[in-house]
Formats: sequence, C-alpha cells, structure tokens
Amino acid sequence: MDGTGGGRRQRPQGTALVEARGITKLFGSFKANDDINLSIRPGEIHALLGENGAGKSTLVKILYGSLQPSEGEILWKGQKVGIPSPSAARRLGIGMVFQHFSLFDALTVTENIALALPDRKSRSALAREIEKVSAEFGLPLNPNSVIVDLSVGERQRVEIVRCLLQNPELLIMDEPTSVLTPQEADDLFLTLDKLTARGCAVLYISHRLEEVKQICHHATILRHGKVVAECDPQKESAAKLASLMVGAEIHALSSEVPVPENTRTRLSIRSLSLPEPHPFAVALHDISLDVRAGEIVGIAGIAGNGQGEFFDAVSGEQLAATATAINIDGKPAGRLGVTARRRLGAAFVPEERIGHGAVPRLRLSDNVLLTRHSTGDQLMRVGVIDFEGTRTLAERVSRSFDVRKASSDPEAGSLSGGNLQKFMVGREIDRQPGVLVVSQPTWGVDAGAAAVIRQALIDLARSGSAVLVISQDLDEIFEISDRVAVMSRGYLSEALPAKSVTREAIGLMMAGLGEGRRSNGEELAHAHHS
Amino acid sequence: MRIILERRPDHSQTMVLLSPVLAIALSLVSFFIIFAVSKIDPFQALYVYFIEPLTALWSIEDLLAKAIPIILIAIGLSFCYQSAVWNIGAEGQLAAGALAGSIIPVLQPTWQGPLVVTAMMVMGVLGGMAYAAIPAVLKIRFNANETLTTLMLVYVANLFLDYVARGPWRDPGGYNFPNSRAFDEGQMLPIVAGDSIRLSIVFVIIAVIAAWFLTSKTITGFKIRVLGMSPRAGAFGGFSRNKMVMMTFLISGGLAGLAGICEVAGPIGQLRTTVSPGYGFTAIIVAFLGRLHPFGILIAGLLLALSYMGGEGAQVALGLSDQTTQVFQGMLLFYVLACDSFIYYRLKIVRQRAVDPALAR
Amino acid sequence: MTMLEGILLTIVTAATPLLFAALGELVAERAGVLNLGVEGMMAVGAVCGFAACNMTGMPLMGALAGIAAGMLAAGLFGVVALFFVANQNATGVALTLFGLGLSALIGDAFVGIPGVAVPRVNIPYLSDLPVVGRLVFGEDPFVYVAIALAIGVWWFLFKTRAGLILRSVGDNHNSAHALGFSVFRTRFLAVLFGGACAGLGGAYLSLVYTPQWTQAMTAGRGWIALALVVFASWLPGRLVIGALLFGAVSILQLHAQAIGVGIPSQFLSMLPYIVTIVALVLISRNRALLSVNTPACLGRPFVPDV
Repeated sequence: MDGTGGGRRQRPQGTALVEARGITKLFGSFKANDDINLSIRPGEIHALLGENGAGKSTLVKILYGSLQPSEGEILWKGQKVGIPSPSAARRLGIGMVFQHFSLFDALTVTENIALALPDRKSRSALAREIEKVSAEFGLPLNPNSVIVDLSVGERQRVEIVRCLLQNPELLIMDEPTSVLTPQEADDLFLTLDKLTARGCAVLYISHRLEEVKQICHHATILRHGKVVAECDPQKESAAKLASLMVGAEIHALSSEVPVPENTRTRLSIRSLSLPEPHPFAVALHDISLDVRAGEIVGIAGIAGNGQGEFFDAVSGEQLAATATAINIDGKPAGRLGVTARRRLGAAFVPEERIGHGAVPRLRLSDNVLLTRHSTGDQLMRVGVIDFEGTRTLAERVSRSFDVRKASSDPEAGSLSGGNLQKFMVGREIDRQPGVLVVSQPTWGVDAGAAAVIRQALIDLARSGSAVLVISQDLDEIFEISDRVAVMSRGYLSEALPAKSVTREAIGLMMAGLGEGRRSNGEELAHAHHS
Repeated sequence: MRIILERRPDHSQTMVLLSPVLAIALSLVSFFIIFAVSKIDPFQALYVYFIEPLTALWSIEDLLAKAIPIILIAIGLSFCYQSAVWNIGAEGQLAAGALAGSIIPVLQPTWQGPLVVTAMMVMGVLGGMAYAAIPAVLKIRFNANETLTTLMLVYVANLFLDYVARGPWRDPGGYNFPNSRAFDEGQMLPIVAGDSIRLSIVFVIIAVIAAWFLTSKTITGFKIRVLGMSPRAGAFGGFSRNKMVMMTFLISGGLAGLAGICEVAGPIGQLRTTVSPGYGFTAIIVAFLGRLHPFGILIAGLLLALSYMGGEGAQVALGLSDQTTQVFQGMLLFYVLACDSFIYYRLKIVRQRAVDPALAR
Repeated sequence: MTMLEGILLTIVTAATPLLFAALGELVAERAGVLNLGVEGMMAVGAVCGFAACNMTGMPLMGALAGIAAGMLAAGLFGVVALFFVANQNATGVALTLFGLGLSALIGDAFVGIPGVAVPRVNIPYLSDLPVVGRLVFGEDPFVYVAIALAIGVWWFLFKTRAGLILRSVGDNHNSAHALGFSVFRTRFLAVLFGGACAGLGGAYLSLVYTPQWTQAMTAGRGWIALALVVFASWLPGRLVIGALLFGAVSILQLHAQAIGVGIPSQFLSMLPYIVTIVALVLISRNRALLSVNTPACLGRPFVPDV
C-alpha cells in the first residue's frame, strides 16, 4: 500500500529548527563522529542514513543529550545551546523514540509515561491525557496495561505517546519500522504526517531506503562518522543511496547453481508444540516444516512472535515433548540435547551474539570449543582440552571468514558485532554441517560482513546442506531464501516459494496470519488522501 | 569534576596479578592508620601481626595447621564461585564432615589403624557432600536462593553439633565437659613432618594440583567457567547448569567436610561443640583474594592463616581483641573486590558534571 | 497480664527488628541492589546503638547511633558494589564478615553492662483495656515506628514520583539511565536507607529486645530478613505479615524451651532457620510468580557508557 502517497513531498522552507555544527565525538582515539553538520527544518521528515557503525546513533545521542560532543556546537532556533542530559533535551522540545525501547516492563503505561514527564500532575489526570493524545494521533492504548503484556507495536505506541505529551518540536525516531509489520509501518507514517502538519520536525533514522524515499523530505548520509552527502531521497534511486552509504557498489549475491530438486529432507519438524517456558514467552503451536538438502528456507516475522522459542526448540536448548517432533537427517531428535543434535550433523547460530552464541570474556579459541567440543574435531582427549587444536581451528575460521581482530586470539567481546557474527557463522559452517539453523544472521552487521555471511549461507546450501534462516529483515529473507514461511504468535505458516509470494502477503501474515486488525488504519489512510 | 569508571576494551592482564597485591597493601596501610589513631605503635603491631609468627618453627607449624582447612575449603568454594553458585555455608558443611567422620571413633573407640582413619576421612567427605547436597537440591528443584539456604544451614549444623557434643556423644568420663572422648592416635591423621604437621598437608597439595588441572586443562573446568560467566551460552554449548550446580556443591561440600574431619582427627583430637573458628567464612575471603585460582588460593590461605596467628599474638602482646583479625579479613575482602574492578575498568576524571534536573527535586 | 497476652506482646517485639531490616532491604532490592550485608549492618547498629545509649542514657540517642552506624556500613557497601561495580553477592558477604568483626571489637568494652530500659507507651485507660490494651496501645515506641515505616515505604514506592523512579531503576537500569535518572545515585540512596533500617533493627535488639550487648547477638536475623523480602515478593504489606510469622516462630520455640517439651533445646533453636528455608522453598518453587515480582535488574551491575 502506498501509505503517504502520491505527490512529491516538498521540503518545507524556513530557518533551521535545530542545527549541529562541526560535531566531533571521540571514543578514545576512535572518531565516531567527525565534523558533522546537520540542519533540520520545522515540519520536515529528515532522514539520517548510514550503515551500522556509521555514527548515526552517536550523533542522535548527542542531540538527545545522552552523550556530550568532544567538539562542535548545537543551535536550537538559532541560539547556541548545551544539552547536558536527556531531560534538558526534553525541556527544549526534543523527544526520542528508541530502537530498543526504553520502557520499564514491570510498570504500567501511565507510570512509564509519568517517568519521562516533569512532575506536575496526578496519575489519573495523566491517564486521561494519554487517552486523549492516543485517540488524536491514531495510537490506541490502555493507560493501565503493564508493558510486559503489550506487543512490540503497542510498546512503540507508548514511546511515541510519551514523546507527544511533551509537545515536541523535534521527534527523533531510531529505526522505528524495524519492529513493525509493513501495515503497522503505514499506520506510523500517517501519525508522522499528522505531526509534521503541525510543524513538528522528525529526524528519521533508518537503513530501509524504500521507506525513506517514500516519506522523507531530505536525507543526510553518514559514512565512517562523516557526512558524505545530502540529498532529496525522492530524487535518488535506492541503489544510488545505498552506494553512498556503503561507499561502493554492493556486489550482488550469486547463487548460480540452481536449487536442486527432489532432494532428501534433512531437517523435518513435525507438529512441534511447546508451552511458554516463562510468563513473558510465547508458546509454539503445532509447527511443521521440512527443509531439504540444497535449499534455504527463510522464516519471516516480527520480533517476539516465538522465533526465540522456536530456535531453542530446534537447537535442543528446550526439549520437545516427543522425539519425532524434530528429525535431523531422518533421525528423531526431539528429545536430544544440543550436543547430541550437533553430533547428528546439525549446527546452530543464535540471534544473540554476546552471552548466547559466544562468551564475551573468553578467547576465540575457547569460543570455538563452546560448540565444537563433541563434534568429532578431536579438540579434547579424555576430557583434556587440546588448546593447540582450538587455536588452530579459531585461526582457520578467522581466516576463511575474514574476521578482523586486534591480536591473534582476542576475547570475543573485543570484536566488533560484524566480525563476531562472521566468526560465529564461520565456526559452524567450517564443520560443513548437514543442517544449519541461523537466527538473524546479519542483525547489526555492516553491509560488507552481511554480504560475506549471506554468500556463505547460499554456498553451504548449494553444497547439499539444509539451511533454515530466521530473520526479521524481509529484504534479507527475499535475497537468500528459496522458500519463505512466516511466524506469528507462535504459529508458523506454510513455506511458499519465495518467487511466488509478495511482500504484501508476507506483511499481512506477519500481522497475525491474515487477521483483519487493520480496518481502522485503512479508513484513516483513505480519508487522509482523498 | 568527578571520577567515574570506564570499561577497558580488553581486560588488563597486569591488574589480574596486581589487584590482590594492591588490596593487601591497601589493607596494611589502613591497618597502620587505625593502629596509629588508636595510639598503638603501628610498626610494632604490624610486626606482631605479620612477622613474628614466622620467626619460630613451632609457630610456622601452627600457621600451616591453620592454613590447611582454610585452603581446602577455599579450593572447593572456588569451583562454586567460578560457576556463580553462591555457597557461603562451608562452615556448616565443615561441621557436617566433622560429625560424620567422628562416628567411628566415638561409637567404636576400639577400632583403630590406618584403615579406620581412611574410613573416617571418607565419611567426613561424604558428610560434607551430603550436607551441601541439600542446598543444591533446593536450588535445582525449587529454585531456592542458595546464599540464604547455605547460611541458614550453618546455624542448623552448628546447633546440631552442639547438641551432639553436649548430649549423646559427651564423654562419660570427661568431667561433664561438652566434648566427645579424646581420640587415640590410631584414630587420627599421622604426623608427617615436624611436631605437628599431619597428613592433611598432603591433602592440600593434592587438592591444589588437582583443582589446577581440572579448571585449566579439562572440559569440566571449561564448563564451570562458561556456565559461571554466561548460563545461556553454557546451555547453548550443551552444558547442564543443574548438573554443574550439583557438582560444584558436592566438590565444595566434600572438601569442607574433609577439612572438618581433618581438624577433629588432627589438631583438636575430639569432637567439640565448635570445631572451627570461622574457617568456612575465612575461606570465602581466601577464594576471592586468590582470584579463584588454586595457586593464588594457596598463597592467600597462608596469608590469612598468618593473620589468625598474628591475631593471637596481638592479643597477648598488645592486648588487642581477637576480633581485630576478623576486621582485618573483612577489610581485605572489600579491598580485593574493589581492586578487582580495575581488571575490567579504569578510573577516568570527567570535568563536566551531568546535571539531573529530573532528580534534583 | 495473661500468658497469651505476654506471648503476643513478645511476638511483636521479636518481629520488629526483622521488619526494620527487611523494609530497608526491600527498598534497596526494589532499586536493583542485593545487599547481603544486612547481618553485618545490624550488628554494627546493635553495638553502636547500645554504646550511645549507654553513654548518654538516652534510648533515642542509641537509636540514632544505630541508624548512623548502619548507614556508614551501607555506604561502604555502596562504594565497593556500586561505584567499583564489584560482585554484589561477594561484597555483601564481605560486609557481613566485616560488620560482625567490627561490632565485636567495639562491643568488647560493653559486654556485661546492663542496658537502659526503654519505657513502653502508656495511654491512660486505652493501654489498660483487656488483651488489646497492651497489645495495641502499650508497645514500646519502636514498634509504632516500624509500622509507620512499613506504611511509609509502601506510600513512597507506589504513590510518589521518587518511588516510581526508584522502581524504574530496579526494573531496567539502562532505560532509567537513558531517561536521565542517575542509577548510581538512586541505588546509593536506597542502599543507605537499607543501612539505616538495618542499623535501627540492630539497635532495637540491643536496646529493647535483650537490653544488653553480646557478641553475635543478631544471630542470623539479617539473613532471615533477606529471606523475608523474597517471601514477601517485594511488597511491604506482606513483609509485615511475614515478620510477624517469623517472630511467632522464634518466640514459640523459646516458650517451648522454657516449658520443656522434651525436645532438646538445640532443635528448638534451629526452628527459625529451618522455617526460613522452608518458606524460601515454598515461595521460590513458583518460578513464574517469582519472575514477575523480582526486580529485573536485581544484583546486576551498571556502568554507563560515557
């Protein structure tokens, strides 16, 4: 759907609401921001584009007062201002919606919002105000709900309402649609339109070029901490924007070998159901899926719809009720633990790098041992570890996956996100596993590393392995998957050939496998554009 | 201007070695100041405390005798703390070991000899293990916080020991003193060196070497470290947290039990209402001061045994309370913990002070 | 005074120090700090309270000294565990060992000295009512302070903005920091409050409960208070009930010892500790309930990125 529509969006005229001049931020000797200039006008949606690590978050934190610049100054309506803290930013009229929500799970919506506002009114008066604002901007909320019980989309609404109650003149949004279905994202764009119509400016951080082209008036592009370009995103092609962000043309993935047909099933999931392991988790309902040799199956879905629980069930961190719920190369594995499943030829890469897939305070060689202690690599003899062997293996993985590291065997925590991810994927692919299950393979990873990882996944599949990819990133899903399934509220849809499904269909399935919860927003959209 | 902590990119190898030394130095300086303020000659006090016990052979033997149970227990605790299991009830497990190991010599006074002593040792270990298994099961099965349960069980064990020593096992010919009968030499650990160094010193050496091998060379030690640092990653590696909880409890309970029976079948020579002046708690400090490393624990154990000796000396020579030692030990642990943070962090001076209008009400 | 009246009265007295210490710890834990040093803070509170009361002859001075001593001890914990972000479990144990040693050292001079009697409240007519008279209107002043404190803590946590900030710090310190609240300051103040309460609880022991100083007179009450906080699932109201229950157990076993029920006294003395374990097991086995109530950041260190 074309959320905000038809006509060209004109950048509003007028003097800058906020202006950053020569902002530089040093972390030790590392320049996260290098002499950045940025100017945002009232009523515009200003995109801040850049890869992970380009310095977007640092710049935003400086504008919001969470970080102090090493050099440079900020002008608010032409006046030089210091923004020593987030509360100072809020007093100026700057609101921020975080990518990872800054909400308090155990508190109610009202309490959460009260925390961000200066102490001035009773909670019941605040609750009434919340209801008023949420109705006004099409963001339905119950002020007395406890955050834990809300969906991700609802939580974002809380964040937005929290900002709106302070009548901001500048709203900063950090990757707001990364947690939304395409339809929810359209609703969000309508809200943003209502805001800008009142003269509020929006600083919109995103790496989703299509949506930036759709809604933003102006774009500033960062690379390696520097502003590399400013442009009107509607006039540029997505490819052009991408190459500005990355600094080079991104080489396309190659999967010249076609998907082999009628190969044997290597991973088979049969009516897998699991109750929620704890109150904040999602139960899995009757999941069935086959992954054949040679193919990549992608599982799309919004975070928190049971992907984590599903990964744990497939990896064996959580055992299934019956042995036949999960089969690896034809052998029932539902009641086997992680190690036994690895011995059957399966390998796993979890979403969380630090503290799940890797131990940050252990060296890479020790982290190799974490998943490969019992997989026939001869890394130990009668329980005694062969440290030479683990170091050699770590080095081999680092070399073949281009893991950049400061010393020969550093602690995992000292690696950048992209390098650690390459290491973790490489650690498993190095085994040539028959089945690879990987969750969010390129989450928070720069474009170069992402390309390496995706290519490796394709190559592994084409060599005869079955690869299952769980990802929130629809672009990624479509880029590498042969078949696509959608996970929503613990249910998994049928896996369809990637070429035959549209994003629109996937989006609807993400929102609850076809439930008609969007009627409200649809009407609003029509009203707005007619 | 204010001082804050800043994360180091990689942990500091220098501080790993330096932090205990720094902590000891800071403790000594603090002690020096405290003595000076209380008008006690600080040089004499420190001499009495830390040098004098090393000047006579008998007191060095005495020092080793005190270090033995402390090191044994601390080695066991290091397994627990590495896997983030907070067993602070070694004092109770020690009592349980002393009780279980004393069953034979008290009930069958005629049984004697190396076999009997071996059996006593085994029973002591099993007693400590069994007692440590209680909080382990409560944690695994019912999710009960082990810090609280182990500590509660110290009180229970000490009361039970008190009951046994005063009640059923009281020596009928002991003029109504609340002790068991005195053990015969054939029910005690043999002396292997000097006048009073018993076989238990060999146990310590074995325990230190075995612990070093287990933690640094084997997959078991790896599992313990991984599960302690990150239970989630441990589960992903295929390691069972519950098994590890049970295992570390059994190791530490067993070693504490061994320490208990070694005390009873050694320096004490009978079962009393109390068999330990707090070795189980001192061992906690030793475990941390030794950086949870067996060799570190060996050195730290000797140092804290020295402070016990010094404390006794200071009581006589300076009229200081025996509690001074405990204060010193507690202070030392504070300094160790604070200094340890320099392994992962460094101090940084920030000029600008963040203002918090939201809080300044 | 009837026997029953006497028992009920002493149960309240036995519950009071537990309630003080546990209320303080509850606030600290709501802010996300697990301070296992309650026992040590109670011990220094007890000895300093007794010493001050003994020197001035005024129980009020004793109470204030107990509070001050508890706060100093808590401050030490705060510096090591919050500023130096040391492991909170280990730091708490250090505080207990240090506090017990220090209290014994200070207390050497006061062993065997009788304390100053703290008068009970006496309201004409009301205090003379049968049964409820002494129980409701004739307790010592500390009891009323403890009850007021329980209400005050509830009101602070759930009705004030500062209490909301404190809970938010315990629930998600990263978000609280992002909103501009000082996690360190909030936690440090909460820990100091915990120390003040534990110190007051300790002072109550040496001033009222057994008006004298004996070494290790806290006898594990600090640890029981810690268990009580879990037992009460971090709610002040349940804490009052829990403290009375534990007070009842410790008083009833004392009476059982006095009457001589044929069970060795050591076994009766074990009762409060065993009951603590049993209560902890009963409450902890329901993992779902516990995970909903436990402050999410409890015991987790916080260092902001600068």
